Amino acid sequence: MSSVPIFADENWRLPSRGRVGMLSLIVGESAIFTIFVVAYIYYIGRSTYGPTPQILDVPIFNTICLLSSSLTIWMAERAIERGRTRTFGAWWGLTVLLGIVFLAGTAQEWTRLIVHEGLTIRTNLFGTTFYSLVGLHATHVVVGLIGLSLVMLFTLMGRVEQRHAERIQVLSLYWHFVDAVWVVVFTVVYIVGR
Amino acid sequence: MADQTYPIPGSFDATPSRDAALLEWLHSWVVTVDHKKLGILYVVYAIFFLLVAGAEALVIRIQLAIPNNHFVTPEVYNEMFTMHGTTMVFLVGMPILFGFANYLVPLMIGARDMAFPRLNAFSFWLTAFGGLLLYFSFVGGFGLYGMGSAPDVGWWAYAPLTAKAFSPGHNTDYWALALIVSGFGTLGTAINIIATILSMRCRGMTLFRMPLFAWLMLVVSGLTLITITPLTAAQIMLLIDRYLGGHFFDTQAGGSAVVWMHFFWIFGHPEVYVLVLPAFAIANEIIPVFSRKAVFGYPAMVAASVGIAFVSLTVWAHHMFTVGMTSVSNAFFVLSTMMVGIPTGIKIFNWLATMWGGRIHFATPMLFCTAFVLQFLLAGLTGIMLSVAPWDWQLHNSYFVIAHFHYVLVGAIVFCIFAAIYYWYPKATGRMLSETLGKWHFWLFFIGFHVTFDPMHFVGILGMPRSIYTYEADRGWNSLNMVISIGGMIQGIAVLIFAWNLIVSYLRGKEAGNDPWDAWTLEWATPSPPPAYNFATDPVVRSRRPLWDLKHPNDPDWKYER
Repeated sequence: MSSVPIFADENWRLPSRGRVGMLSLIVGESAIFTIFVVAYIYYIGRSTYGPTPQILDVPIFNTICLLSSSLTIWMAERAIERGRTRTFGAWWGLTVLLGIVFLAGTAQEWTRLIVHEGLTIRTNLFGTTFYSLVGLHATHVVVGLIGLSLVMLFTLMGRVEQRHAERIQVLSLYWHFVDAVWVVVFTVVYIVGR
Repeated sequence: MADQTYPIPGSFDATPSRDAALLEWLHSWVVTVDHKKLGILYVVYAIFFLLVAGAEALVIRIQLAIPNNHFVTPEVYNEMFTMHGTTMVFLVGMPILFGFANYLVPLMIGARDMAFPRLNAFSFWLTAFGGLLLYFSFVGGFGLYGMGSAPDVGWWAYAPLTAKAFSPGHNTDYWALALIVSGFGTLGTAINIIATILSMRCRGMTLFRMPLFAWLMLVVSGLTLITITPLTAAQIMLLIDRYLGGHFFDTQAGGSAVVWMHFFWIFGHPEVYVLVLPAFAIANEIIPVFSRKAVFGYPAMVAASVGIAFVSLTVWAHHMFTVGMTSVSNAFFVLSTMMVGIPTGIKIFNWLATMWGGRIHFATPMLFCTAFVLQFLLAGLTGIMLSVAPWDWQLHNSYFVIAHFHYVLVGAIVFCIFAAIYYWYPKATGRMLSETLGKWHFWLFFIGFHVTFDPMHFVGILGMPRSIYTYEADRGWNSLNMVISIGGMIQGIAVLIFAWNLIVSYLRGKEAGNDPWDAWTLEWATPSPPPAYNFATDPVVRSRRPLWDLKHPNDPDWKYER
């Protein structure tokens, strides 16, 4: 090996810092979610008084919306990679819309729980763990939507071009993470815990 | 802003007045995104809080020097040990280590700055304001005891003491909020360091040619990502309990206080390794240079560091043997804790093998590192003792435990931090620290350390519990406690000499030149202090010791390294 000249590594390539940074953030965020999920699972059935998780309705429509937004954002990523900004704008807009529908669905669910079922974060242990876990996820959806809307704004102003593809993919990573976490939250809250 | 009274930074003012120049200088520190300036800010901030938390420790030691003492009230005493612990871990340990990482990692890997310079500045200011928020508690809010409302629930803040019913007022909120804020700063820095190391290395700097310092910082940052965040999550739960009436840790409503303990120690134990791995990183740079040998067993060092990081994630409940876990859990945590001894043992043997047969030059940095190896070994041995559950049942929450972890935190980490400051101060300021004052500092601190923490083992075995306000005179602890307090004072004097050395040497120290220690890593190839852009041309490296290759063109390392 010693005879190999160092300047041979002409193609000295390192991973993109944006991607590494976002993946690191996702690892850290996953740890936060893990703690909340563990708390939720540990406290299932430990409330000393009602209401119980049986009052929950499974938000199937909501889930379909959020999960399909991962697909639409992926289509948008592909479009911007090839420089098709109009297609990109359409898929991106659809993603934002699906995110908003998801949030609206959550708002509707919470209104029903608070107003009709009388379950608030202070009612009992179930309320505390439910609102904090689902709320933590919803907070991430809100943060993701702010990021996505910013890009949407730039797209409408005609400022997004092919050379921004990598940045857009880094932001999309976050959105994929938000969707993936929902799979866990959904399973724990609406299937295991109910 | 027609009536402009402050200077525009970077403006070509022909003769700026003295005040304007000072303002401009201060302004440059506030708006800086330079990794070196931010690194210095981190270190200065941490040294300031080191003095503050050291003073708090001395208040504790004065209170405990004699039995039935009333130097401070019990309430103030609780605030002192809570703030001492919280400050030392979050406002001294983390910032100073990230400060070194900030300053050194880009220089060592041949980069011009961190991966995200603005995120870097943002993280520093989050950390800084987190610390200020914590200390604002002394004057802010309505304190119960006329001492402001400084947190007084212990740095571990066990439930249910932290519930609104038992901790009214705002002290616990200051604790949680300040640590959430600085925790996000820490998370940002960790992300930044990982991205810098993975994406910003200069040509030829493969992962296995990186200095071990950079390797360990990569491991530490990865560990930080999954260590700080559980604490943030648990503190969010605590705030939900306190402000929104939640029941996470409310035992009356089915919540559990033990869950808090688990969450806290899932953070708390890996945190110890987050603090100690950078100390290892420092020793890995200093010991070879002052032994005039390449570090022994580079791949084993890397493997051991990664191993420590992994094992450290599975040991947290050894803090909880007295809680009443099942014997299976106890056995698991006993064994996993003992397993940490294997990779740390590898490291100690590697340092010894590096020194073995070397031409050792005992300058101040090397003195501190040598003492570190000895003390860390002893700390590890008491750690193995405490990892045995039945032994822990006897000594849990006694001064033996205090002695054990101060052997790690002071005997290993603080010693390495001092070593690092003596070693890299010339690079950062262009001037050498005084060796005479340095020797005084080392020997006083070394003696003070052992006078303080060696007898703590004995009072612990004699049954003295931790966190007590005072004790009766007939327990047989009196003279030992007096000795411990005297040791604390000796350490205090040593730290004051150190602070004096920092100031005097900055003004009148010997010129350092680029490479005062004849070292081998890239940071010594730059002028002292390095220019804002670090390297005029991007460096190219062919081995783990690029400066050795430059200085010895007939006998370069890359001929031998695989």
